[in-house]
Amino acid sequence: MIRIEGLRKTFHSRGRPVTAVDGVDLTVAEGEVFGVVGRSGAGKSTLLRCVNLLERPDEGHVTVDGVELTALRDDRLRQARQGIGMIHQHFALLASRTAADNVSFALEVMGVPRRERAVRVAELLDLVGLADRAGAYPAQLSGGQKQRVGIARALASRPRLLLSDEATSALDPDTTGAILSLLRGLTQRLGLTILLITHEMEVVKRLCDAVAIMRDGRFVESGPVAELISRTDSQLARDIFPLGPVPTVPGHLLYDVTLAGTVGDEAFVSRLTRRHDLDVRIVAGAVEQLAATRAGRLRIALPEAAPGLADALGDLRTAGFGVEAAR
Amino acid sequence: MIAPDLVDLLWQGFVETAYMVGVATLLSGAGGLLVGVLLILTDRGGLLAAPRLNGLLGLIVNIGRSLPFIILLVAISPFTRAVVGTTIGTTAAIVPLTVSAIPFYARIVEAAIREVGRDVVDAARAMGASRRQIIVKVLLREARPGLVAGLTITVVALIGYSAMAGVIGGGGLGDLALRYGYQRFEDDVMVGTVVLLIVVVQAVQMLGDRVARRLSHR
Ligand SMILES: Nc1ncnc2c1ncn2[C@@H]1O[C@H](COP(=O)(O)OP(=O)(O)OP(=O)(O)O)[C@@H](O)[C@H]1O
Ligand SMILES: [Mg+2]
Repeated sequence: MIRIEGLRKTFHSRGRPVTAVDGVDLTVAEGEVFGVVGRSGAGKSTLLRCVNLLERPDEGHVTVDGVELTALRDDRLRQARQGIGMIHQHFALLASRTAADNVSFALEVMGVPRRERAVRVAELLDLVGLADRAGAYPAQLSGGQKQRVGIARALASRPRLLLSDEATSALDPDTTGAILSLLRGLTQRLGLTILLITHEMEVVKRLCDAVAIMRDGRFVESGPVAELISRTDSQLARDIFPLGPVPTVPGHLLYDVTLAGTVGDEAFVSRLTRRHDLDVRIVAGAVEQLAATRAGRLRIALPEAAPGLADALGDLRTAGFGVEAAR
Repeated sequence: MIAPDLVDLLWQGFVETAYMVGVATLLSGAGGLLVGVLLILTDRGGLLAAPRLNGLLGLIVNIGRSLPFIILLVAISPFTRAVVGTTIGTTAAIVPLTVSAIPFYARIVEAAIREVGRDVVDAARAMGASRRQIIVKVLLREARPGLVAGLTITVVALIGYSAMAGVIGGGGLGDLALRYGYQRFEDDVMVGTVVLLIVVVQAVQMLGDRVARRLSHR
């Protein structure tokens, strides 16, 4: 659905060049929810804005749905953009228009006749569960309601691709949950592909099939969520399941065990106990159902002096668990 | 009891002021809107970025803004003659009034449009809106309350400037106050004029506020 090759974008602010995106390659498959995470200033927004050419990249190609956008200009580019929905962190609604008219705006831009617009707007507001607030102005809506209007507007042109820049960062946890459920439902119902930017692991957990971690304009890690988590060196696993500082447990060694996908179905604690005669203490951790897979990370303490220790660790690794000394 | 000839005088002054300010408002409203929008569009990172043109436009606007009205009035008299054929009279006064109000209103327009968030413009661009659609349906439409409030300020300023139109025989309420009140010590004319000016300004401000409030949904 999206193919990005060798993307580069440098800004010159007061003579000093800042390379916001520094050689990014990215492929997002049809129907996939792809998340880009990373610290502030990593270049996430710039990357996203390069996808619909709000920012024109200095180098590289962007192809969406088989059309190379980087080769388009003016009217052709505007038309291509009409097929890509975008939602914004601060909603970006027109304050002078009601919820319904904000949604309608996207259709006006495309030249849809008034009568058709009215029908479609009603449909869209219904889709995002906001039919009863059609006549309200943005100032009269809560953050969550505003974002629903934003989502309805983004879907107005029946896009197959949705771009989302921190769509839930301005919302409280409950509202975030509701918006994420809405998005998840929409992707399944409408067969949407989503490229989203976030710094919230909650979004990755609830929504993403694949993830890239961005740092200083580059992807330092990317791939399907299940695959990344099962790699022991994965930053993603640490970010999603933070285990906190390592405590000292006298007479014990601490290990972090990562599990993802079917590996998680193994009863590994009793396996250690039964096969290797180990007492296992769980020190920290979580196992959760993510959008992409069931996964988790557990920090366990094993008796230092136990003779079966090395065998046990090898056994776990063979079974597909990620095992490493806690640090 | 107000003397009938005083009523006549005040009415005539009011009509002249209304004429000068009315026409100057229409012209400078349109002109200021155009210049203000150009200032925004040509700015660095604007929809029609042209930093040099922007700098030049800004300079011209600033020159216009820095000249005291009374000096501008005299300084542009050749231009006034070229436009309306004369440099004296009520109609002639409209030219300097307009010329001075355009940069005044242009800066207000610029500030009002700047209030419209970048993210809203980006959202419109992302939807595939054309420049024209963005200017009309996003920038101007979203800035409407500020544009109206600014126009109100401009009208009030024009009423003030128009008092100096008497210098070139433009007449109007301010001229009345100066000639009768200040120079001839006819207090009733002075007081009548001042009261009328206060009423007019108050009415303009109230009307402007009401329209701005109706347009604002913040
Ligand atoms: N229009 C611009 N002009 C100059 N520099 C810019 C511009 N946009 C972004 N940058 C710079 O590019 C870098 C990346 O910015 P970007 O907004 O893409 O980061 P981000 O990952 O989205 O951060 P955040 O999480 O804070 O939104 C930053 O150093 C920023 O200062
Ligand atoms: Mg950002």
